Amino acid sequence: MCLSIPSQVVSIDEKNNTCIVDTMGTQREASLDIFKEKIEIGDYVLIHIGYVMNKISKEHAQESLELYQQMVEAIQREDEDA
Amino acid sequence: MKMLELKQLYQGFRDPKSILAWSEKIKQEAKDLKCKIRVMEVCGGHTHSIMKYGINQLIEEVFEFIHGPGCPVCIMPKNRINHAVLLAQEENVILATLGDMIRIPSSKGSLSDARSKGADVRFVYSPLDLLKIAKENPNKTVIYFAIGFETTTPMSAALLERVEREGIKNILFHINHVLVPPPMEAILQNQDVHIDAFIAPSHVSVIAGSKIYEPFVSKYRIPTVVAGFEPVDLLEGLWMIVQQVKHREARLENQYKRSVSFEGNLLAQEKIEHYFELRESFMWRGIGEIPYSALRLKEKFAQYDAERVYDLPYEVVKEPKGCICPQIISGVAKPLSCKLFGIVCKPTSPIGSCMVSSEGVCNAYFRYGNLL
Repeated sequence: MCLSIPSQVVSIDEKNNTCIVDTMGTQREASLDIFKEKIEIGDYVLIHIGYVMNKISKEHAQESLELYQQMVEAIQREDEDA
Repeated sequence: MKMLELKQLYQGFRDPKSILAWSEKIKQEAKDLKCKIRVMEVCGGHTHSIMKYGINQLIEEVFEFIHGPGCPVCIMPKNRINHAVLLAQEENVILATLGDMIRIPSSKGSLSDARSKGADVRFVYSPLDLLKIAKENPNKTVIYFAIGFETTTPMSAALLERVEREGIKNILFHINHVLVPPPMEAILQNQDVHIDAFIAPSHVSVIAGSKIYEPFVSKYRIPTVVAGFEPVDLLEGLWMIVQQVKHREARLENQYKRSVSFEGNLLAQEKIEHYFELRESFMWRGIGEIPYSALRLKEKFAQYDAERVYDLPYEVVKEPKGCICPQIISGVAKPLSCKLFGIVCKPTSPIGSCMVSSEGVCNAYFRYGNLL
């Protein structure tokens, strides 16, 4: 039940307080009823049982991925030196 | 900063090279520790990631994983399932619910059994689907059998807000929303369970904020790290725990910063506060009664509360003979200790709730233990 997958906002319907999101190629409607912040097309969000729970911070995601990449490269260098 | 593609976002956190790099780093960091760290992953989502990506095997010399009570289907007491079956059998009722609830058996059978005998039981992807069902069936009462932790509670509140705003008269709620911290605390009181650290649920924390785990560090001095469900997130969270254990610290840390804040989703919390109040006590499957561990609708919303509208009995229902789901949920036993596991209890013929639910720990052991 908890395994929400990141989705990207494709369009926003302000009248009904909903948006269309793309989840790994599948588009579906999601409610914005429990989400207060401003949302924009292109934002990454977490969807749970049809509701946008939160935005995903691109900056934090990018920082983590870069850290992981550096770790992999460091280990590869150690292997080459050994 | 370059633009991050959605594909990178989820695949980057499942990268096999990163998984191996983290597991090596954890083993390196933990090499001076004298014994394994007993870590409880509270949420069933984490249990599945641990089993699916073989994290338990990758770092087995560092961690012993104790599986927690964070599967909403697994912890549902049988008397509440009986309520759902009784409601589904009422005349002119459509009963709707999420997840695997339909298949969980109780002493009155399962919702699936009730459906095969003619009851109108529906699985919904979202509580929002109830609005459509109610509008299409104006002469019927649609009852939402609401389940789940802090993650799903605001959606029930948001549905009720829509029901009120649109003046819909034929939707009722049977509320089974439960809270994560009380069973964690109950498990810490159990003398048979010893826990050195917690991996705290991520999506619960998106809503409730990491603040809800503060007592575990301030009162119990247990290192607690909120971690995401992706394997690399989980490994980074475990690495944070190794650091704390090594330095004899007990801090609340948040690995899943891209989605979780200390305060959480305040609008969602406001909606919960508006509609719900604490129950004095709730029976947890496997753990027993825990005070102030669940929610119910406030008195002023009684007209929407199926528990007040219908006469539903309170009864204690025994577990099936030989099933040790209660011990598994409370962290005392593991699936492989169960004599029924994989022999008579399988995902296709589950005896206990831990095998029924796709988030259940027995289901994870069966699915990823090459038994499926």
